[in-house]
Amino acid sequence: MFELSTEGKEFVKKELARYETIESAIIPALYRVQKENEGWVSEDAIGHLSELMNIPEARINEVFHFYTMFNKKPVGKYHVQVCCNVACAMAGTREIADAFMKEHDVKEGEMTSDGRFTFTRVECLGSCDTAPMMQINDDYHENLTPESAQQLLKDLK
Amino acid sequence: MEVKLLTEHYSDDNYRTLEGYKAKGGYEDLAKAFKMKPEDIISEVKASGLRGRGGAGFPTGVKWGFLPNNGETRYLLCNADEGEPCTFKDRMMMERAPHQLIEGMIISAFAVNSPKSYIYIRGEYVYATRVIEKALKEAYDAGLLGKNIMGSGFDHDMDVYVGAGAYICGEETGMISSLEGKKGQPKLKPPFPAVQGYLKKPTIVNNVETLAAVKYIIRDGAEAYKKHGTEKSTGTKLFSVAGDVNKPGNYEVPLGYPMIDLINNECGGMKNGKKLKAAIPGGTSAPILNAEEVERATLDYECLAEMGSMLGSGSIVIMDETRCMVDMLKVIAHFYHHESCGQCTPCREGTGWLHKLVSGVVNGTAQVSDIDLLCEVANKMKGRTICALSDAAALPVLGIVPKFRDEFQFFIEQGYSKVQGRANA
Ligand SMILES: Cc1cc2nc3c(=O)[nH]c(=O)nc-3n(C[C@H](O)[C@H](O)[C@H](O)COP(=O)(O)O)c2cc1C
Ligand code: SF4
Ligand code: FES
Repeated sequence: MFELSTEGKEFVKKELARYETIESAIIPALYRVQKENEGWVSEDAIGHLSELMNIPEARINEVFHFYTMFNKKPVGKYHVQVCCNVACAMAGTREIADAFMKEHDVKEGEMTSDGRFTFTRVECLGSCDTAPMMQINDDYHENLTPESAQQLLKDLK
Repeated sequence: MEVKLLTEHYSDDNYRTLEGYKAKGGYEDLAKAFKMKPEDIISEVKASGLRGRGGAGFPTGVKWGFLPNNGETRYLLCNADEGEPCTFKDRMMMERAPHQLIEGMIISAFAVNSPKSYIYIRGEYVYATRVIEKALKEAYDAGLLGKNIMGSGFDHDMDVYVGAGAYICGEETGMISSLEGKKGQPKLKPPFPAVQGYLKKPTIVNNVETLAAVKYIIRDGAEAYKKHGTEKSTGTKLFSVAGDVNKPGNYEVPLGYPMIDLINNECGGMKNGKKLKAAIPGGTSAPILNAEEVERATLDYECLAEMGSMLGSGSIVIMDETRCMVDMLKVIAHFYHHESCGQCTPCREGTGWLHKLVSGVVNGTAQVSDIDLLCEVANKMKGRTICALSDAAALPVLGIVPKFRDEFQFFIEQGYSKVQGRANA
C-alpha cells in the first residue's frame, strides 16, 4: 500500500489550506505522490489521498485521468519526452524519437526492461526556437542532433 | 526594427531578482499607479487600445469594464498556460522578468479592485515556475504583496497554480475549471468570466504579455503607448519565430511591422539560402499564408484578418520550399485531436476525422474525394461548440488544403510527397 511520507502528508495538509477550495489541492497532491512513487501514481495512492484529503476517490480520479502529466503506470528512471509538434518535427525530432525506441526495443510509453527509460512523443513544450528539443524528467535539452541526443542518453547515470 | 519596451532589460541576468529589477526602475510604476484612481487606470488602459496578447485580441480595458459592481470578491488570473504550438514568449517573460509580470499584475489588480490573483503556469514550465515562486517570495518580503502595499492601503495576495498537461486549460474557462480542482473542461459562455468566473465570482483572465504591458501604459501614458503600432493595433508585441530562419527567437516589434522584414532583418533571413514557401502567422490555429501573402503581410490584427488568418498568440513558423504541406497538416491535426476535451460532438468527432483523413493521405488509403471531405468536415466544426478549440482545429485545414491542394492530390495519386519525394513517403 502506497503512503506518503510524513513530509508529504504535511505538504498535502498545507495545500488543502492554501486555496479557496480544498479540491484545488488535488493536482499538487497528485504531483507529490508521483514524486514519492518513482514518477507515477498507483491506484492505491488515490485511496490514500482520498482519506488524507477527505475528498471522494471518484473526484480525485476525475482529475487524475484528465491530465497527461500524471503517469498511470510505472515509468523509467528517465522519462524522455520528445517534442514532435511543428517546429520540432521540422527539425527532425520524429526521427530522433523513432531511433530511441528502435535502439531500446520499446514502444511509446513502455518502460525499457532495465527500468531506465520511458519514451513519449509530446506536444509543443514552448522551446521551438531551440528545436529540436526534448524534456528528460524536469529538464529541457535543446538544439539536439541525432548524435547528441543518443549521446545524452548514454551519459545519463 | 525591434522596439524594446517590455524586453529592454531581458539580457540583464540580474533583472530577474528584485534588486536588479529595482535598479532599472522596477515597481516605480506601481507607486505611480497607487497615486491614480483605479477607474482612471482602467480609462488609461482603454485609451491605450491594448488588446489581449493571448490569442483572441480582445480589448483589455473593455474586458475590465465588464466587471459587475455587485460587491462580490473579484479575482485576477494570469494565463501562463502557453499551449498554442510554437509560442514561447510567456516562458521567456517569466524566466527573464518575473517582477515585470508581478508589477503589471498588482497594477491591474488595483485597477479592477481584486484582492487575490493566480498565475496559472503550464506544468511543463518547471524552471519558469521556480523563477516566479522565488520572485513572489521576494515581493512578499519587501512588502510589495500582502497587506497595505507600499502604504497605499491596498491589500493583494498573489499565488501560483501549476497545471498538469492539457492544452485546453489555456482556454480561459478551462483554466478556471482546472484551478477549481476539476477536469480542465471549458464552460459555456455567457456568462463570461468577468461576470461569473473562478468560484462563480467575477474574474479577469489575461495573458502574461497583456498584464506586463499594462505597466508600460502606466509608465508612459496611453498616448505615448499608442505611438507604437498602427491606429487600430497599438503598442508592441512579442513574436515567437521558429522554423526555417537563421535566427529563430522572440522579437518585440511594433504592431504593423512587415512580416518579411521580421524574417529578413531580425531573424537573419531564410536558413541555408532556401526559398520561402509559407508561414503560419499566429500559432498553428492561424490559417497558413503562402509566400506571396507573407511578402504583403503586416503584423497587426487587421491585416492578418483581412488575409483570412489571424495574429493569434504571435507565434510564427516559417517554412521553406522543402516542406511538405501534407506532412505539416498531419502534425497539426494530430495535436488538436489529442487535445480536444471531448465535451462537444463536432469537436470530438471532427478532430478525429481530420486526423484520420490526413493520415490517410500519407498512408496511401485516401481517395481524391477526401480532399473535399477534409474541408467539409472542417467547415462543420466551426462555430458550433463550447469553446474555440474546434474552430482552431478547423482553420488550419481550411488554410492549407485550398492553398496547397496540388500537394494533397499528388500525394494521393502517386503515393509519395510532391515536395519530398519517395524518401519520406
Ligand atoms: C483552445 C484554446 C487555447 C488557449 N490557450 C491560451 C494560452 O495558452 N494562453 C493564453 O494566454 N490564452 C489562451 N487562450 C485564450 C484564452 O481563452 C483567453 O482569451 C485569454 O487568456 C485572455 O487573455 P488576453 O485577453 O490577455 O489575451 C486559448 C483559447 C482557446 C480557445
Ligand atoms: S470545442 Fe472541443 S475542446 Fe472546446 S469544449 Fe468542446 S470538445 Fe472541449
Ligand atoms: S514545437 Fe517543439 S518546443 Fe515547440
